[in-house]
Amino acid sequence: MARVLLIAEHDGSSLNSSTAKCVACAAQIDGAEIDVAVLAASAADISAAAASLDSVKRVLCVENPLNGNAPAAVLAPQIVAMAEGYDYVFGPSSTFGKDLMPRVAALLGVNQVSDIMSVEGSHTFKRPVYAGNAVVTVEAPAGHPVVATVRIASYQAVGSGNSAPVETTEVAAEIPDHTRIVEVQSGQSDRPDLQTAGRVVAGGRALGSTEGFDLIYQLADKLGAGVGASRAAVDAGYVANDTQIGQTGKIIAPELYIAIGISGAIQHVTGIKDAGTIVAINKDEEAPIFEVADIGIVGDLFNLVPELTDALS
Amino acid sequence: MDKILVGLKRVVDYNVRVRVKSDGSGVETDGVKMSINPFDEIALEEALQIKERGEANEVIIVSVGSGDAQQQLRTGLAMGADRAILVECQDSIDALTCARALLEVTNRENADLVLLGKQAIDDDNSQIAQMMAALWGRPQATFASTVATDGNTARVTREVDAGLEIVDVDLPAVISVDLRLNEPRYVKLPDIMKAKKKPLDLIPLADLSLPASPAITDTLYEPPAAREKGTMVDDVAGLVAALNDKGLL
Repeated sequence: MARVLLIAEHDGSSLNSSTAKCVACAAQIDGAEIDVAVLAASAADISAAAASLDSVKRVLCVENPLNGNAPAAVLAPQIVAMAEGYDYVFGPSSTFGKDLMPRVAALLGVNQVSDIMSVEGSHTFKRPVYAGNAVVTVEAPAGHPVVATVRIASYQAVGSGNSAPVETTEVAAEIPDHTRIVEVQSGQSDRPDLQTAGRVVAGGRALGSTEGFDLIYQLADKLGAGVGASRAAVDAGYVANDTQIGQTGKIIAPELYIAIGISGAIQHVTGIKDAGTIVAINKDEEAPIFEVADIGIVGDLFNLVPELTDALS
Repeated sequence: MDKILVGLKRVVDYNVRVRVKSDGSGVETDGVKMSINPFDEIALEEALQIKERGEANEVIIVSVGSGDAQQQLRTGLAMGADRAILVECQDSIDALTCARALLEVTNRENADLVLLGKQAIDDDNSQIAQMMAALWGRPQATFASTVATDGNTARVTREVDAGLEIVDVDLPAVISVDLRLNEPRYVKLPDIMKAKKKPLDLIPLADLSLPASPAITDTLYEPPAAREKGTMVDDVAGLVAALNDKGLL
């Protein structure tokens, strides 16, 4: 038996799809018994969603007003208190999990496995390093809890036909008040979320301006796609930071990815490698993006993209 | 505040196309250009700007690794750090030990603020700041894109998946920095000469008397799975046809 405590990610009202992907990863461990921990101010809906996920044994629900949009410093000591008796403590490799899980690991006195892309054995995992230029097999020490983040782009969400029991728990942990979230400014977009969208259209510096990016939005709207960007486009200020795809941004795995005016530096490519089909539109036929593209077209994006948008009408 | 401590890691340069060794023991580093981890360079730039605004007295850079890291520390001194400390050990030290070593130095120096890069571009772990803050029992503000200090607190804008999160932390605290915080300055030749005279202390890791931590071992490095070679199309009609063939439209 391998007892897994999996930390649910949510926005205060609904469960993030990263959790269902973490469950898929945890379920690869032989004999996994997966408990999902929901720490929230109001946990009923989130817990119900977690309880519906296949492979989940039970949901542990910790309701506390302090857990509403809580920083890692508030969540970590509670998770440490809950982790007693578990062999694994998993979370997603989103900014939520990346922020939280190493804090949990350190409090438990263990190292952390970041970005699990496959489970190879009870303590053996594969993970990407050097912006995805290498994949390393790592062995976590036996006899200690394995604290890890899951590279969510490597997993398909489990189904949701389950009805696991939901148990309300109290945790005894000292919660600090030295860290206070003032506000969250969301990219308030009606478009599909970049990390869960089936289709993503992304633009690079070649778009030239914020206005130039309208071409990307028009095509994305036609496809019902999420919108992403290269680091260069975000650095240039054409789009918000939360659209950045790559080593230091979001790692995505849509069925269809269309890269427009993106040269395809390795740091970008590592964020799209798991896409089903990659389409590249670029005026430079030598651009490295064509090395990973399934379908490529060389030409001026300012002609090709409107033409493509029209062709999809 | 008095002191800011900045962590610097020596890594394979950002522009190097990394190759896996044929025996799977690691990646090729012979004759490969090494640099300061780019995120750590941003952390140092931020510390220098805080000091230049008169909000801190001293910037101390610290690396945990082999003697080779003295080269990167000298570069950090040339950028403007006041002094450097190298905690000497093997390069492949585990993250928890590294965090403990940085914390021990932080405590010895009584630093008020620790600035680190949000991740190292070699192991891509993104762990040290969070671990340090946990062990210290102090706040962490990771993935910072703005930092403003005000007496005993800092207000940090964090780049998160949902957008931007603004957080207030009491000092002392650990902040890990993201790409868009600032543009690190270029080092000028006279500064390189001056840096040679700045103090760089070596402390053997063993002298810090840290507890042993269970390390994660790397057993095999492999190149990533390659994608199959794609096809080029001549025009938009060809692109739409290819997408239709794959059932994607």
